[in-house]
Amino acid sequence: MLIIGCGNRQRSDDGAGILVAERLRELGIEADMRIGEAVDLIEAWKGADDVIVIDTVVTGGPIGTVQVWDGRHQLASIRINASTHGLGVAEAIELAYVLDQLPVRLRVYGIEGRRFELGAEISPQVQRAVAEVVGRIIADLSAPHGRGRPNPLKAGW
Amino acid sequence: MTGRGTRTIRVDTLARVEGEGSLYIKLVGERVADVKLKIYEPPRFFEAFLRGRHFSEAPDITSRICGICPVAYQMSAVHAIERALGVPIDPAVRLLRRLFYCGEWIESHTLHVYMLHAPDFLGYQDSIAMARDHRAVVEKALRLKKIGNRIVQLLGGREIHPISAAVGGFYKTPTKQQLRDLVDDLEWALEASLEAVRWTAGLQFPTFEQDYEFAALRHADEYPFNEGRLVSNRGLDIDAAEYEDHFVELQVKHSNALHSVVRGRGSYLVGPLARFNLNFDKLPEVARKAAIDAGLRPPVKNIFRSIVVRAVELVFACAEALRAIHEYQPPAAPRVEVHNRIGVGQAITEAPRGILYHRYALDENGLIVTAKIVPPTSQNQKRIEDDLREYAAQLVDWPIEEATWKCEQEVRSYDPCISCATHFLRVVVEREDVQD
Repeated sequence: MLIIGCGNRQRSDDGAGILVAERLRELGIEADMRIGEAVDLIEAWKGADDVIVIDTVVTGGPIGTVQVWDGRHQLASIRINASTHGLGVAEAIELAYVLDQLPVRLRVYGIEGRRFELGAEISPQVQRAVAEVVGRIIADLSAPHGRGRPNPLKAGW
Repeated sequence: MTGRGTRTIRVDTLARVEGEGSLYIKLVGERVADVKLKIYEPPRFFEAFLRGRHFSEAPDITSRICGICPVAYQMSAVHAIERALGVPIDPAVRLLRRLFYCGEWIESHTLHVYMLHAPDFLGYQDSIAMARDHRAVVEKALRLKKIGNRIVQLLGGREIHPISAAVGGFYKTPTKQQLRDLVDDLEWALEASLEAVRWTAGLQFPTFEQDYEFAALRHADEYPFNEGRLVSNRGLDIDAAEYEDHFVELQVKHSNALHSVVRGRGSYLVGPLARFNLNFDKLPEVARKAAIDAGLRPPVKNIFRSIVVRAVELVFACAEALRAIHEYQPPAAPRVEVHNRIGVGQAITEAPRGILYHRYALDENGLIVTAKIVPPTSQNQKRIEDDLREYAAQLVDWPIEEATWKCEQEVRSYDPCISCATHFLRVVVEREDVQD
């Protein structure tokens, strides 16, 4: 399983994905860190069957809310109006879909953020959400269906 | 949430909001009454953050300003501090720094040419829609960008926020074999870049030429990266140390970014167009020929054609990377020893989007007393507004949605930076009809 935390630690809540990756590494679990640019992400998960991406999101929901999307079947349409550089995680998923470069299994953990100022502390609710996501990923890894789980798509189920 | 097989859910999710940009244009009758480009500018925060830190931390700290061009920030930082401390640089280190920059240009220009700019000319909303019809083109872009990334990763020590560049050299330098391993990829990339020039040259460009003051580095022997005098087509010819005598940053009410102007003259343009126009004779033969064959000769005054110029610079970056690899002999030591001393140093290097100015004042303990950073996008900001005053005037009779889209394309021609200046852009065009 490939775990990719996305974001920017300099930008308060935007660092949530990176923070998750850092915590996992402290626990001896391999985790990649990326800024979250689409082309870079597609390259990062190339060849991986089972991928977890963690990123900060703004959906208007309560701060610190954790949502999980199935990247293969629920493409998060993170559309930014009139974007000049709107190539993030959602675009990576859509683009990879078009190019047949989606991992067989892809889950996206979205942590609701609120503050994005440079140098500001990460919000306490987001910190709690980071701990929650770390816990959920560990549970997933240690569950019988986690690492080494037979891949239903590959197995032709 | 939608069921299996359905490909869209709308979450209205904005990830990585690194600052918000917006564009406001007011049309009164057939007159452009107001243009305001708002961008957010993180370097001000970093200038404060750097104060009191040891100079050796500056390359790492400033590389975090921009996720797309961390090498540029590192290069301007190390050169400015090396000038402050009078540090001599080994020619092998200098060559490696050029190679490092080639990697970043390949990554950044590929992203902009193929993924961000090309959809405008081919009539797609974005690169995803474009990929459905032009899959081979997008796949080529992915491969090209990866090659740039391999260079940055090798010299920078890791993929994001490279850490290997240091004041005095690198913390670690590659072996000849490590560089030779890049050659096959770069030879492919050179061919792909030549194809990119031909491909972009065939696009249709709006008729829009402006009388720009172009500003770029110019070096006696090479197309500029890390060294050279800052020159312009209006007679400017200065050392980086004189930058603040000739350029001034003005506060504007509508944006928290400062507007850079040439003292006594006004807006100016930095980036690929400026470099190409001022350094055409310094391009390697392969890039110069590609430009001429594509009908591109200096001065190029149409900002929309910057996509072709970026492709020419891709050719240059690939050719220059191959030259650097061919000539490379590992330095005696990865870096020279650097001692604390009081000093002030300035440097300008050519980030993918244009000149990036850094100045540092250091105390006797090597601590940063003051830091100043002027990124390329803030230097182009006033120029973009000036362009839009002219360009929007051509569009007054267009339906508002189309005029808005065209103006946004104009802004996109500048490749405004994802992190240095703005993450996304909201465009508002307000129209007031005038009673006859």
